[in-house]
Amino acid sequence: MSDRRRWIGERVPRIEDARLLTGRAPFVDDWEPPGTLHVAFVRSNLPHAKILDIDTAAAAAHPGVAAIYTAEDLGALCCPGPVLVPPPPIEGAIFHARTPLPLAREIVRHQGEPLAMIVADSRYIAEDAAALVSVDLDALDAVVDLSTALNEGAPLVHSDLGSNLAAHVRQTKGDYEAAKSAADRVVARRFRYDRGVAAAIENRGVLAEWDARADRLRVWDTTQAPIPIRAAIASTLGLSEAQVRVIAPFIGGGFGPKVMFYAEEILIPWVAMQLGRPVKWIEDRYENFFATTQEREQLHESELALTEDGRILGVRDHFLHDSGAYDPYGLTVPINSQCTLLGPYRIPNYESEFRVVFTNKPMVTPVRGAGRQHGVFVMERLLDIAAKELGLDRLDIRAKNLLDPDEFPHNHEIIYQDSAPLTYDSGNYAPALAEAARLIGYHDFENERRAAAADGKRIGLGIVNYVEGTGIGPYEGARITVEPSGKVRAATGVGTQGQGHFTAFAQVVAEAVGVNPADVRIVTGDTSEFHWGTGTFASRGAVVAGNAFGAAAQAVREKILAHASEALEVSEEDLELVDGTARVRGAPDVSIALGELARRANPLRGAVKPGTEPGLEATSYFGPERGTTANGVHALIVAVDPETAMVDILRYVVVHDCGTVINPMIVEGQIHGGVALGIGNAFYEELTFDEFGGTTNASFMDYLLPTATDVPAIETAHMVTPSPLNPMGTKGVGEAGAIPVAAAFVQAVEDALREVAPTLELVDIPLSPGRLFEALQDAGEEA
Amino acid sequence: MKPARFDYVAPTNLDDALSALAAGGGEARALAGGQSLVPMLNFRLGGPATLVDLNAVDELAFVEPTEEGGLRLGAMARQQTLEHDPLVRIRAPLLAEAAPWIAHAQIRSRGTIGGSLAHADPAAELPALLMVLGAQARVARAARGSESGARIERASSLCDLYLGPFFTSLEADEILTEVEIPGLRVGEGTAFAELARRRGDYAIVGVAVRVRLGADGLCEDAAISLINAGPTPCLAEDAAAALLGEVPTPAAIANAAEIASLQCSPAADMHGSVAYRRHLVRVLTNRVLLRARGRARERVV
Amino acid sequence: MSDVSIRTRINGEEWTGAVEPRLLLSDFLRGNLGLTGTHVGCEHGVCGACTVRFDGDPVRACLMFAVQIDGHEIETVEGLSPAAGTDLRIADLHPIQRAFHETHGLQCGFCTPGILMTVASFLERNPKPSDREIREAISGHLCRCTGYHNIVAAVARAAELLTEVEA
Ligand SMILES: Cc1cc2nc3c(=O)[nH]c(=O)nc-3n(C[C@H](O)[C@H](O)[C@H](O)COP(=O)(O)OP(=O)(O)OC[C@H]3O[C@@H](n4cnc5c(N)ncnc54)[C@H](O)[C@@H]3O)c2cc1C
Ligand code: FES
Ligand code: FES
Repeated sequence: MSDRRRWIGERVPRIEDARLLTGRAPFVDDWEPPGTLHVAFVRSNLPHAKILDIDTAAAAAHPGVAAIYTAEDLGALCCPGPVLVPPPPIEGAIFHARTPLPLAREIVRHQGEPLAMIVADSRYIAEDAAALVSVDLDALDAVVDLSTALNEGAPLVHSDLGSNLAAHVRQTKGDYEAAKSAADRVVARRFRYDRGVAAAIENRGVLAEWDARADRLRVWDTTQAPIPIRAAIASTLGLSEAQVRVIAPFIGGGFGPKVMFYAEEILIPWVAMQLGRPVKWIEDRYENFFATTQEREQLHESELALTEDGRILGVRDHFLHDSGAYDPYGLTVPINSQCTLLGPYRIPNYESEFRVVFTNKPMVTPVRGAGRQHGVFVMERLLDIAAKELGLDRLDIRAKNLLDPDEFPHNHEIIYQDSAPLTYDSGNYAPALAEAARLIGYHDFENERRAAAADGKRIGLGIVNYVEGTGIGPYEGARITVEPSGKVRAATGVGTQGQGHFTAFAQVVAEAVGVNPADVRIVTGDTSEFHWGTGTFASRGAVVAGNAFGAAAQAVREKILAHASEALEVSEEDLELVDGTARVRGAPDVSIALGELARRANPLRGAVKPGTEPGLEATSYFGPERGTTANGVHALIVAVDPETAMVDILRYVVVHDCGTVINPMIVEGQIHGGVALGIGNAFYEELTFDEFGGTTNASFMDYLLPTATDVPAIETAHMVTPSPLNPMGTKGVGEAGAIPVAAAFVQAVEDALREVAPTLELVDIPLSPGRLFEALQDAGEEA
Repeated sequence: MKPARFDYVAPTNLDDALSALAAGGGEARALAGGQSLVPMLNFRLGGPATLVDLNAVDELAFVEPTEEGGLRLGAMARQQTLEHDPLVRIRAPLLAEAAPWIAHAQIRSRGTIGGSLAHADPAAELPALLMVLGAQARVARAARGSESGARIERASSLCDLYLGPFFTSLEADEILTEVEIPGLRVGEGTAFAELARRRGDYAIVGVAVRVRLGADGLCEDAAISLINAGPTPCLAEDAAAALLGEVPTPAAIANAAEIASLQCSPAADMHGSVAYRRHLVRVLTNRVLLRARGRARERVV
Repeated sequence: MSDVSIRTRINGEEWTGAVEPRLLLSDFLRGNLGLTGTHVGCEHGVCGACTVRFDGDPVRACLMFAVQIDGHEIETVEGLSPAAGTDLRIADLHPIQRAFHETHGLQCGFCTPGILMTVASFLERNPKPSDREIREAISGHLCRCTGYHNIVAAVARAAELLTEVEA
C-alpha cells in the first residue's frame, strides 16, 4: 500500500472549525421556524410529595398561552418511560425497574420533576404563566442520605417496592476469603465518592415541527443518540419511522446525559402534532440541575489482601450506589465501577457486591467516566494505604502488580456493562507507568520537595493507573459515496458533540480513497442521512463508527479500483489512488479522476451488466465482539498551603494508550477536557442537598466548574498498543481523562502534607479547601 | 430564566432618576450595572414594577481627585476603572490591587461601584475595601411631597450603611451617588488578600488593612476590614486598636490577627465551616498586615 | 409596558426598532436579529457563552436588556470576520479565529464565540500577554470540553498573529 498517503495518525486541523468559529454552526436553539411556540415546565420544588391539586385556570387565561397540560391531559402518553439499558445477564442479580412518567401524577419523587407543561408565544410568556399555576403539594419525608436509605423504617421512594433497593448484584472471581486468610496484610477502608452534574455548557433542547401536508415530523434534538430517539418517538406517537426525522445538529457538549431518552423528547413532538405548530423547549440552566440526569454518590467498604512484599492476593468491595428517584439506565454506572476497580492489576480473587438505592434525588445515569472513576479511586487509594502500611514505594507496589503483555487477552471472569465477560484485549502497562514516572520526575522528586520546603512550600506528587473499558457494541454503520464532483460524502448514525468526528472520520475515508480530508463531507446525527446505529457513549465513536468508516472506505476503494481498471485498461494491482485520481503506478499521466469514475458508475442511459450496483458507494457496519481496553497513567504535582488548605496544581502529566490514534491533536483535546472535568470532580464540583432533599446550589454561581485558572497545562504522551478486536486497532479515549484524576489528586495532597499531617488519609471525594481543613484538624488531633 | 415584565425608564440626569424612584413608591428599583440585579430578575427572585436605569445618568459616572489627595468615585463608575485608571492606582492603590478579584473583566466592565455598595453582599470586596479606607458615601433622594427638582442629600460612613446581609440603610427612593476616599498619608500602607474557590468568585474570606507608621516606627493608625466574616462587611476594631502605639512586630501582628479571628462572626456555608472561616481570618489578617507594614515603611519619611 | 424604540449599531450596521423592556440582549440578538452565534448557557452571568462587545468592552448579553443598547455599539462573533459566502475559508477569518483553528482551541464550539469576543478586547489592551494573564483573562468563561489548555495556546497564538498583521 505504498501509494497511500497516511492520514490516520496525522494532526489534521478540524474541518468543522470554520463554521463554529464564525458562529454559523447551528445548534438546536438556533432554529426557529416561523410561528414557533415555546414551552416552559412547572416543576416540583419539593423532592418528595403527594400532588393534591394543580390549578392551571389562571395560567390558561393568560394572554399568549396556547395550551397547558398536566398528567391528566396526556392520555395514553402518560405511561412510564422505557428501561433504556436492560441489565446484563448476571446470575442472581436483582433489578427493579422504575422509570418516570412524562409529567408526574399523584407523587413527585425528586425536586424538579415536571408537573405541568405550558405552551405559549414566547418563553417569557410561558414563564409568566408558569408563575400563575398554583400547585398544592403535600410534603412527604424524603430519602436523602444514601447510607441510611435501606434501613428499616426509611421513607420509601416507590412505596410498592417495600424498600428502596433498586438492584443487587454480586460478582466474584476466585475465592476472596481464602486469599484473605493467606494474606500477610489486609487493608480495609470506607470510601465515599460524591458527584455532580455533567454541565455541558449547552443545556438540552427539543424543537419539533409537524408537517401535516407531508405527514412528517421533524425533530431537532440535543441528543447523543438520534436514531434510538427516532425509534422511540415513532413508536410512542404511532408513526412509521419513515415519518420521523431526528436531527442532532451541532451539540454543545454531551458528556453522557444527552444519551438519555427524556420525557421532553416525546412531549414536544406530541404537542407539535396536537397544535399543528412548531414547538420548542430549551432547558434553562436552573432546570438542568434537576431535569437532566446526573451522576452521584457511592459508598464503598473495601478490603485489599496482600503479601508482605505487596503482591495483591485479593480485593473485596461492597458498595451502595445512589440511583436517584428512577433507574432507566439500568446498571451501567455501578457495573462500570465494579469492573473498572480491577485496573491494570493482576487480581486473582475478587468479590464485589453492590446495592443500588432509590433516593429522592434527580436521576443518575452515566456522566463522562460513568462510575469508572469510583472504582479507580477505591483501588488506587487501597494501594496507597497498603504501600504506607507495608513501607513500600507507591510506584513499586503498582509496578509489581501490573499485568504483563503476555497475559492478554486477560479474562477477569465477571460480566461487563456490554453483557460480555470483562476481558482485556491488549495492553502494555509497565512502560506507560515508567514513562509517566519519568515525565513527572518521580525519581528526583524528593530533592524537588526538599528545595520547595526550604522556600516554605509544600509540594506533593501523585501517580495512578487506570484502565477503561471502551468502544463497546453493539454496532455502528457508515455509508460513503464518491460524488461526480470528486468530493466524497459520508454519513453515520452517531451524533457528535465536539469530538472532532467530522475530521477524524474524514481522515479514515481520505486515507482509503486517496483524497484530502477537506474533500470528505461527513454527516452525523441526521436520521434522514443514515438510520442505523445507537449513539455516542462509552468512548465508542472512534472505535465502532471509526471502524465502520474504515470498512466502508475499503469497499469504496475496491469499487474505484475496479472501475478505474476497466476505464484505464490496466490491472488493479497497477493502480494507485492519489489526489482524487486513480492513476497508473509509475505513469502518473495515465489517470482518471474519481469524479469521472463516479459519473461512469452511475450511467443515466444505456444498459449495465446484471447485478451492477450503481455509484461509487458502500455501506458497512462494524460490531465488535466486545469492548476494547484503553489504559493510562496520570501523574501530577500539587502545592498545598497547609494554613489555608488551598491546593494548586503545578504540573499534570498523562500517558495514555488508546491503541491506534486517528488524530493525536483531537485525542489530546479529549484528554485535556477529561482532566479538567476530573479536577472539577476532585476539588470543585459537588451538588449539595439540604436535609429535606432540596438542592442548595443549583446555579453556576454556586456549583463550581473549574476555570482556566484552576486547570493546569496538561502534558500528554501517547503509547500505542493496538486492539486486536478491530481492523484499525483503535480503542476509545473520550472518558479517559476524567477517570483517575481524583485518585491522583488526593495522593498528591497527602504527599504534600506528609510532614505536616502524617496520619492524614483522604477517603472522600470531592475534596474542597473546607473539607481539607477539617481533615487536617482531625489528623492534627489524632497525631 | 426570563425576567418578568417591568416598566422601564432611562433618565439622563440625577434629578429625574430620583423622581422616577420616588414615583415608584417602593416598587421601583435602580438598575446600575445589572450584574447582580439582572441574575435575580432572570431567576425571578423579586420583581420590581419599574426599573430606573442609571446608565444614562452621566453625572454619576466619574472618578475625580479631591484637593486633599483623595478620590471621589461616582456611583456609576465601572468597577473596571479601578483596575485601569492611573489616578486610582496612585491615590488608592488598595482598590487597584483588589479590583481584579471582583468578578471577571466581563462583569467589571458593567458592574458599578455604587451597585456593589448598594447590593451589600457580605462576600463582596468593595464595601470592605472602601470601609478600610475610611470612605464616606453620599446619598440623595427627591424631597418628598415637594416640587420636582428639590433634592435631599445625606452623607453616611460605610459602616453605617450596612445593616445585614443584602440589607442597607438606603431607602427605596434613595440613590447612592458617590463615595469619597481620603488620600493615602505619609507612612500609610494598605494591603488586601482573599481566598476564593475560583478566580472571580466571591470571597470565602477576605481581609483588607491599612496601617500608618510614624517616623519612630510606632503604629499611629490602623484599620482592618473583613469580607464574608460576618453578616455585613465590618471593621475588626479591637484587632486594629491592639496595634495602635505598638511597633508592629510579627508578634503584635499575630496578636491582632488572633483578636480579629476571635471577634468575627462568620456563617457556615458549602464553602466552609465557621471554624474554617475564623481560621482564615487569622491567617489572612496576619499575612496582609505584614504586607501593609512593609508598604507603610516604604512611605515613612 | 409598551415597547421602547432604540437605535443602535450592531456589527457596524445601524438598527432601529422597538423592543420590550424585559427582552434580554442575548435573546434580542439571537431571536430578533438571527445572530445566533451568541450562545446562551446560564443566563446568570457565569458561563460567558453570551459574551459580546458593548462599545468595545466584553459584556454578558444575558445580563443586559436590549433597550440598554440604545445609542451604543454591539459587536458579536458574526462581526469578527467579513461575512463570507458559502465557501468559508480559514484563511479569510480573523487572526483570533485562525489561531483557535490552528491550536484546536475549540471542541463543541459552544463556548467559543463568547471567548473570541473577550479575547478580542483583551488582546487590544494587552497585546503580549503572559500565560498567567491569558488564563486570568479567560477565567470568566466556562468551557467543559477543552480543559482550557488549547484555548490558552490559541490566545497566545492569536497574539502572535495579530502582531504579525500589524508588523
Ligand atoms: C459571575 C459574577 C461574578 C461576580 N463576582 C463578584 C465578586 O467576586 N465580588 C463582588 O463583589 N461582586 C461580584 N459580582 C457582582 C458584581 O460585582 C456586581 O456588579 C455588583 O454586585 C453590583 O453592581 P451593579 O452595578 O451590577 O449593580 P446592579 O446589579 O445594577 O444593582 C444591584 C443592587 O443595587 C441597587 N443599586 C445599584 N446602584 C445603586 C445606587 N447607585 N444607589 C442605590 N441602589 C443602587 C440596585 O437597585 C440593586 O438592588 C459578580 C457578578 C457576577 C455576575
Ligand atoms: S449565558 Fe450569559 S453568562 Fe452564561
Ligand atoms: S468547546 Fe465545548 S464548551 Fe468549550
